[in-house]
Amino acid sequence: MGGLQEAVDRIMNHFQKHYHLMLLPGIIFLIVFHLVPLFGVVIAFQDFNIGLGVKKSPWIGLENFKYLFQIRDSKVIFYNTVFISSGKIIAGIIVPVTFAVLLNELRIAAFKRWVQTIVYLPHFLSWVILAGVIIDMLSMDGIVNRLIASFGGEKIMFLASNDWFPWLIIGSDTWKDFGFAAIVYLAALAGIDPTLYEAAEIDGATRFQKIRYITLPGLVPTIILLATLSIGNILNAGFDQIFNLYNPLVYPSGDIIDTYVYRVGLVQAQYGFATAVGLLKSVIGFILIIVSYRLAYQFANYRIF
Amino acid sequence: MVQDRTLSARLWNLFLISLMALIGFSSLAPILHTAAVSLSNTAAAAGGFVTFWPRGFNIESYRKIIDDPHFFNAFWVSTKRVFVGGAINFILTVMMAYPLSRSHREFKSRHYYMWFVLFTMLFSGGMIPLYLVVKYLNMFNTLWALVLPGAVPVFNVILLMNFFRNLPKELSEAGLIDGAGPWFMLARIFVPLSLPALATVTLFSIVGHWNAFFDGLIFMRSVENYPLQTYIQQLVVQLPPEYMDSTNMDLLDKMSDKTLNAAKIMVSMIPILLIYPFLQRYFIHGIMLGSVKE
Repeated sequence: MGGLQEAVDRIMNHFQKHYHLMLLPGIIFLIVFHLVPLFGVVIAFQDFNIGLGVKKSPWIGLENFKYLFQIRDSKVIFYNTVFISSGKIIAGIIVPVTFAVLLNELRIAAFKRWVQTIVYLPHFLSWVILAGVIIDMLSMDGIVNRLIASFGGEKIMFLASNDWFPWLIIGSDTWKDFGFAAIVYLAALAGIDPTLYEAAEIDGATRFQKIRYITLPGLVPTIILLATLSIGNILNAGFDQIFNLYNPLVYPSGDIIDTYVYRVGLVQAQYGFATAVGLLKSVIGFILIIVSYRLAYQFANYRIF
Repeated sequence: MVQDRTLSARLWNLFLISLMALIGFSSLAPILHTAAVSLSNTAAAAGGFVTFWPRGFNIESYRKIIDDPHFFNAFWVSTKRVFVGGAINFILTVMMAYPLSRSHREFKSRHYYMWFVLFTMLFSGGMIPLYLVVKYLNMFNTLWALVLPGAVPVFNVILLMNFFRNLPKELSEAGLIDGAGPWFMLARIFVPLSLPALATVTLFSIVGHWNAFFDGLIFMRSVENYPLQTYIQQLVVQLPPEYMDSTNMDLLDKMSDKTLNAAKIMVSMIPILLIYPFLQRYFIHGIMLGSVKE
């Protein structure tokens, strides 16, 4: 049999160079558009001037970072980022879980399918489009304020109010994605052993007891896993959404790290400073992701590959 | 299942059905409202009198869109980017997923590639360095700036890689005995067996390309190169003063037109709504795809 093993090994060896060849184009793109920009973060330590380029711009050491820790903006954007993304994470667990549990209680299969199909839809629409719709609906003469006025209430400038804005962001994000997020929970519910319910029925359990003692415990592993993984995303508060919905009036409550980097870097052209902010975010985010993957592996034996 | 016929059970069911109907409606409501506004007359829309049914039904706004060359141009840029970008994504995803799905024994360097790919997924230099790279490559104002930076959708590669790994080993062994090389094996065995997975990742990449607006905003320097989402973002959602030059002044007066804006939003949704039946057939499968591992 040694001859056969040798032949297989020879073929495998011959395959290797084809495997390298298959990976080559993709790796080149990753190098150019991911690795090279990674080296580009050196401009965080420069007083970068786009005319002079990376080579000739003066080095200023940690000046950009020092400045970052001095200004008041940093605290505000960091707080806003963490506040909004924590709100999204919490609502993004509670709402889909509740929805999945209630939908699971329905016994009419066709109606269930209809509801599911409809609630997924907003997930696939862009924030540009949804922001256009939301801004129109929440404007002073929009449908929401007309409704409030017709009940005798005072009209509210939702998108210009720092009290409303973060909640609006959390709410609209939850509205957009709860249906899609519920898929995972519905799959977990489908995996619960039906004999558990039968046994509970024989024991005379009520509907709510069944939810409390069978359905919800059945979801706990999935909830823990997704909550853990979301830790890695805590600095991503949703650039696309906020960028399309905010305006200078709500910067105090709605400006997040990513929108700040965009404005300071690309609009005001302070490339070095903006890169420093972005770099700090990337480093913290990277650490958080590694930690969350570790935890997910420990709690739920989850592996990405 | 034992059917509960008590009064409280019926009330509970009635409550559930109404609640679910209400939730379903709330998911559709903003879209229905926009559709209604786009089909109403301008006065009713501006006054906020339109709810979910058009008032003073007319299709004037859609007629105006047909006469708007900027809109069509942006639609065309987006269409190009979906096809070119989608094709590049597809080819690179398949070509990367296959070697990475081989075991360490079959492909000695797998680990190095895997760590590199994961690292690029988890750690990025951020917005500014990428902006500068694209600038130095002279790709501003070209389609390449929209399709090449995201040429490798790393998440999709990992999804497909996990799918490939779960295909029965006997198939590739049989191919090996019949003398199939790696390219033949990929094209004739792995790709045909992975159509649902491929459909999923392709749909993800198409939707991603269609919905992207930010790269168009920072890499495109003039309105005629904007993809549709960027065009809508700039001229419907907001209009910062620095973009108000003479070339788009003529668009400015249409800005206040609620019905026209609503119609533009509706038209830009059409491609997503068209592929939605396919999307929702495959993506449930897709989201579970990466989750089962040996």
